[in-house]
Amino acid sequence: MKAPDLAAFLFRRLLQAALVMFVISLVGFSIQDNLGDPLRELVGQSVSEAERDALRDQMGLNDPFLIQYGRFITRAVQGDLGTSYFFKKPALEVILDKFPATFELVLVATCIIIGFSVPLGVYTAIHRDSLITKIIMGFSIIGISVPVFLTAIFAIYIFSVLLGWMPSFGRGDTYALPWGWESGLLTLDGLEHIVLPSIALSSIMLPLFIRLIRAEMMEVLQTEYVKYARAKGLRTRRVRYVHALKNTLIPVVSLGGVKIGTLIAYTILTETVFQWPGMGFLFLEAVNRVDTPLIIAYIIIVGLIFVISNTLVDLIYTWINPTIKFVGGDR
Amino acid sequence: MRLKHVLLAGVCAVGLSGIAEAKTLKMAYDADPVSLDIHEQLSGGTLQLSHMVCDPLVRWASDLSFEPRLAESWERVNETTVQFNLRSGVKFHSGNTMTADDVVWTFNRLKGSPDFKGIFEPFKAMNKVGDNSVEIVTDGPFPLVMHNATYIFPLDSKFYEGKDEIIKHGDSFASKNISCTGPYTIASREQGVKVEFARNADYWDSNSPGNVEKIVFTPIKESPTRVAALLSGDVDFIAPVPPTDLGRISDDPKTDLITKSGTRIITLQLNQQRVEAFKDPKVRLAIVHAINNEAIVEKIMRGFGTAAAQMSPKGYLGYNDSLKPRFDLDKAKALMAEAGHADGLSVTMMCPNNRYVNDAKICEAASAMLSKINIKVDLTTMPKAQYWPKFDERAADIMMIGWHSDTEDSANFYEFLAMTPNADTGRGQYNSGNYSNADVDAMTEKTLKMTDDVERAKVLQGIEKILYDEAAYVPLHWQDLAWAARKGVNIDAVVNVMNFPYLGDLVIE
Repeated sequence: MKAPDLAAFLFRRLLQAALVMFVISLVGFSIQDNLGDPLRELVGQSVSEAERDALRDQMGLNDPFLIQYGRFITRAVQGDLGTSYFFKKPALEVILDKFPATFELVLVATCIIIGFSVPLGVYTAIHRDSLITKIIMGFSIIGISVPVFLTAIFAIYIFSVLLGWMPSFGRGDTYALPWGWESGLLTLDGLEHIVLPSIALSSIMLPLFIRLIRAEMMEVLQTEYVKYARAKGLRTRRVRYVHALKNTLIPVVSLGGVKIGTLIAYTILTETVFQWPGMGFLFLEAVNRVDTPLIIAYIIIVGLIFVISNTLVDLIYTWINPTIKFVGGDR
Repeated sequence: MRLKHVLLAGVCAVGLSGIAEAKTLKMAYDADPVSLDIHEQLSGGTLQLSHMVCDPLVRWASDLSFEPRLAESWERVNETTVQFNLRSGVKFHSGNTMTADDVVWTFNRLKGSPDFKGIFEPFKAMNKVGDNSVEIVTDGPFPLVMHNATYIFPLDSKFYEGKDEIIKHGDSFASKNISCTGPYTIASREQGVKVEFARNADYWDSNSPGNVEKIVFTPIKESPTRVAALLSGDVDFIAPVPPTDLGRISDDPKTDLITKSGTRIITLQLNQQRVEAFKDPKVRLAIVHAINNEAIVEKIMRGFGTAAAQMSPKGYLGYNDSLKPRFDLDKAKALMAEAGHADGLSVTMMCPNNRYVNDAKICEAASAMLSKINIKVDLTTMPKAQYWPKFDERAADIMMIGWHSDTEDSANFYEFLAMTPNADTGRGQYNSGNYSNADVDAMTEKTLKMTDDVERAKVLQGIEKILYDEAAYVPLHWQDLAWAARKGVNIDAVVNVMNFPYLGDLVIE
């Protein structure tokens, strides 16, 4: 790939991202009236309606939609997504504070997914009818069918309550990296705490990936070029793990990249069950508290993460599959 | 047991043998306090925090009498004045000494707080009477001076000087810093994640048996996780306890379960403005007779509640012993026929699904019960965030409302739930049924000016009787309260029906 190609591609992506962010902010903003009345969460039960209305006025919540949205978008382009009612800090700052916890959780879950799905997928594709394959496939069905929060609650019950091996909630001790990143991966306590949540989070995607890799691999093993490679006398091992596997992974990466993005959505459930102090839990709490600035900021940030991860996937895809060019690129 | 814990326990055993043990309490509630400004929001969370970091002038004892705290004694000077004599030599966390000026300053700040001004409205002023006493002056005779004095937690006026603004939805000095007189100080706080409290070394109450040096408070939102954290030993004390896990916790040899009959009444209101038939007391009586609230308590609440026939819980002045739940399906049918609605009605009902214990299930049960008398209910349930705006709109014919009296007094129930709605006075603000009875209005106003408890109790109980006879609303039950702790953590002695445990007095064996 040539540098001008890349620059043009990234520029186009940037424009798309801006458009996506704009649409998301508009949608997010227009649903806020249906999320509930933030004042209810801010004041006690016996505060009078007049008093609440005065506060609503003061917060600008009684202004017409376009004025409110205009005010929001003017500030947003300057990097100010509003102030969280609950945390009393800029919403962006609150979310970025929680980002490391979610990122590390997704990172570990992704490692689990990749680390297990590739060998297991390949194994079950090659040994189609072995007993181990049947067991793996059986478990993968269960994994796909059981909702994440149920897996999480079972995991807590078995490993924390019954066996007492694992902590039941939270993130444990963290280590502050110089640039303000609180890492739980650098302390023993933090590592202990991340085991159950990351397994629970990977419990849906892992079986999905095993099945995906298995299906792709089986298809590739039937192709003409694999048969030809065998006939040519290449060693089975080389045919399987170099030629076949490489071609298996091309579609897996493109689908996989997008699916890893949706892991962020699953963090909402996982983090809530484990009281994991990350963005997903923050979001659910914000919805419960009708903390609208925080809700909209979260939606925008997650939208941004999706755009970025999809861009990366496209880049990786062109890199591993040289026959693909950037769509509409300079030819 | 985890290896690290074994090692830690070993190290502690060696290191601490012979030294008086510093006890740490690890506790988990479902949410952490919204703000460190105890005047910002009137809520259970704020009061729980207030009782840890501050002390009130007087506090509730377990028999619902008043116990002296920062006020050593008090006396009624005349019909409209009560004098409080303050404890001397009490230090704030900042090191400043508490004086009458601080108490007056705190009182005035409360009067300016949107959440608390309602409670303090009957109080005209607080005056300083010498360095160690203050007097509260009310507009007229007022029975709840002591009740409301439990809300006065003196704050350090010098500490807040010039930075005492109450801001509900933004940053303020007071929402992040606090200087009070209580048993604990805030050692660190990460909102939504953890609050650490440290024992106040200069605590004035040297008679307090409390031996907890440090509290680590973690909010755990999900009930199953909170219970798991207790059962696995990660925390020592949790609240609230979900009804589904009560059995498991009381059966576990390592944990104690404490339950108390609570004071929050759960009711359904029948909107007379939306449904013509609800104007007829016979129809309302039929509905009350058709809903088997004892069965709801037994089957849905799993015994975790007390079936109610009135608003005032036992122990309140207004509690009328003669009023009993009255499920009787035949009578309900007869009443419907008498009212000319034998072929029934079609109504809508709305309930929250995450506000009260099992709220949505209770409403499902109630609508099934109403179908027995041919009342067809179209039920909608929704999260509280969406429910409250609907409630304000009076968006359904039958709506659920639970109420806890902020003053721990019966009149508060009638003021908000039973009096004729009036936007100017704020009376009847939560009376979505629009029930209106001039006698109830007049009697309630009267009880807010009576200072003789015996006479007052008669009037309050009379109001309960009227509401009962006219079936002004459908009483369901009082929700129980539950706390659970590891054995050896003696929470039984510090928890109370108001649900603000006096953790300063907590003893861990």
